[in-house]
Amino acid sequence: MIGLSPLRVVLYAALLAAIVALPYTTGEFRVTQFSYVGVFAIALVGLSILTGITGQISLGHGGFMAIGAYVTGILAMKYGVPELATIPLGGLVAGIVGFLFGFPALRLAGVYLALATFAFALIVPSVAIAMGEFTGGTAGILLDLPTSPVGALTPDKWLYFVTWAIAIVLFAGAVLFVNGKRGRALRAVRDNELAATSSGVSLSRYKTLAFGVSAFYAGVAGSLYAILNFIVTPGTFPVTLSILLLAGLVVGGATSLIGVIIGAIFVEFIPLYAGDVLGPVVNFLQRLQVPIDDVDPTTPGVPSVVYGVILLLVLLIAPTGLAGLPGRIGVLTKRVYSRLNVPERRANP
Amino acid sequence: MLLPLAFTWSEFFQQVVFGLSIGSVYGSLALAIVLIYRTTRVVNFAQGEMAMFTTFICWSLITNHGLSFWPAFFVTLGAAFVLGVAVERIVIRPFEHASHLALILVTIALFVIFNGLAAWIWTPEQRAFVGPFSAKPFIIGGVAISRQDVGVLAVTLLTVAVLWAFFRFTKLGLAMRAAAIGPGASRLMGVRVEWMYALGWGFATVLGAVSGMMVAPSIFLSPGMMQLVLIYAFAAAVLGGIESPVGAVVGGLLLGLGTTLIGAYVPFVSSDLDVPIAFTILVLVLLFRPAGLFGRVVVRRV
Repeated sequence: MIGLSPLRVVLYAALLAAIVALPYTTGEFRVTQFSYVGVFAIALVGLSILTGITGQISLGHGGFMAIGAYVTGILAMKYGVPELATIPLGGLVAGIVGFLFGFPALRLAGVYLALATFAFALIVPSVAIAMGEFTGGTAGILLDLPTSPVGALTPDKWLYFVTWAIAIVLFAGAVLFVNGKRGRALRAVRDNELAATSSGVSLSRYKTLAFGVSAFYAGVAGSLYAILNFIVTPGTFPVTLSILLLAGLVVGGATSLIGVIIGAIFVEFIPLYAGDVLGPVVNFLQRLQVPIDDVDPTTPGVPSVVYGVILLLVLLIAPTGLAGLPGRIGVLTKRVYSRLNVPERRANP
Repeated sequence: MLLPLAFTWSEFFQQVVFGLSIGSVYGSLALAIVLIYRTTRVVNFAQGEMAMFTTFICWSLITNHGLSFWPAFFVTLGAAFVLGVAVERIVIRPFEHASHLALILVTIALFVIFNGLAAWIWTPEQRAFVGPFSAKPFIIGGVAISRQDVGVLAVTLLTVAVLWAFFRFTKLGLAMRAAAIGPGASRLMGVRVEWMYALGWGFATVLGAVSGMMVAPSIFLSPGMMQLVLIYAFAAAVLGGIESPVGAVVGGLLLGLGTTLIGAYVPFVSSDLDVPIAFTILVLVLLFRPAGLFGRVVVRRV
């Protein structure tokens, strides 16, 4: 999320054009899937501010999304607030919870923080079940079916444009935030806490700020998720979602906007299509005379296995995320090239 | 659970034994997490799923190959050891120099893979897992105590004791401890540090297998069976201080006892709130002792 070189401007313009054109080139079902991509992209930008920029791990962003979703559900269905108007409030409530969560998190680093946020993701659904009269318990809250106020757009397309409009505004906000003086302070906290403190950056102030802003983004994403899904239940935001978000961030690339969008696509589509990836792999192995049976991709468990293996491979091949892959290929080829040249240099000193 | 109208000591003792028994299961999985953390600095989020996978192996040996429980138990321990060593050598080793975040994600990928493999091989349905202990209770001084609870407590504590003796009294155990504390110096002394790490993973997986096989009779066998146990095991490991083996076991026992007694005697706590309460206690402990009950605060010189 740094700088605006001409190449980046062209890239972003192309991205924007793709986002606007997409609903007119695919079916309604795909449009909704890409609305979810937008939702996950918002949550991942939030996670990127916390994990990528500030260096604080979170396995609990599904929990902040759940808070945003429940705020929307409760306000819309119990108090009749228009659904879209609840989005900022969903973000705000999640942001406040995130800010407060930042205080105990101040004392926890690395592993402990991972566990604490993981616990948070677990606790939110159980609290939602326990507060049944507000949250509808395990049955959850049913929202109204989406309708479109604009005649030319179907409800799916309308929500798609709403989601991406909010996403783009929030992306811009994140870019400004991260490139400003606060962003610089956050990066200082990530790179060296001691040096940051010595330079007058208050750790408690900036870590809680990062948690708050990050949770705000997750809360907005959760509100949108609730509207798109038109039902909020404790099962909508399982721990696996939090894990998937962090995995998406790392797979895409933790600090770039393109990485965040790649990550969001990963979060939405890989669990859906992981099973189908296996077919070609099995075919390939059979062609290599490996004795292996055809695998039915709908067998339970198969998508998870493929998903896990893909995650491992990405971590191994592109540890800086897929967005960082071109740069990494450059580094690797340079390294191989210099190795190839070593004997020659020895021969002609 | 309802508030018992009259408090009886007999009921209280039953709850204590039950709490300690489930606590010992948490403790042994927590110890597995600590063992791996001490040797390779990896928090293994897949520990519970690996335990579940090995428990399925035991079930398969009993149901499909006609073994009785105890032979199947020991064959499974062997399989678990091989599995743990293999995972370290094949999956963890390539990430030796990777960042914290990447390592956590590697174990999360393992979590997903083992969960998927179990569902793939054995289908995701729930199965009954018949344990080795009969349902007939002991009667001690008029108090009926479940044979199952006492058996689980005995087996897990025995495993922990055997492991402790191994680390304390054998040369290999000493080498493993040395490799964890000072890899560089150990290497100079001729210890094959990489293999010590792999052995650490092997023993941790054995401990996990014990916890899985002991808890399965009371919670049914399914690919998701260890997830809640893992959460408590994490809490136990952190409560004890994530580097302290004693802390992990004590933390597990305390947690098992605490949640059982709160569930039995505090009226407004429903079972939905078990996990939140356990973690609230955990966060409170960490606020006052950031390195856990038995951990040492690392002071860095700059």
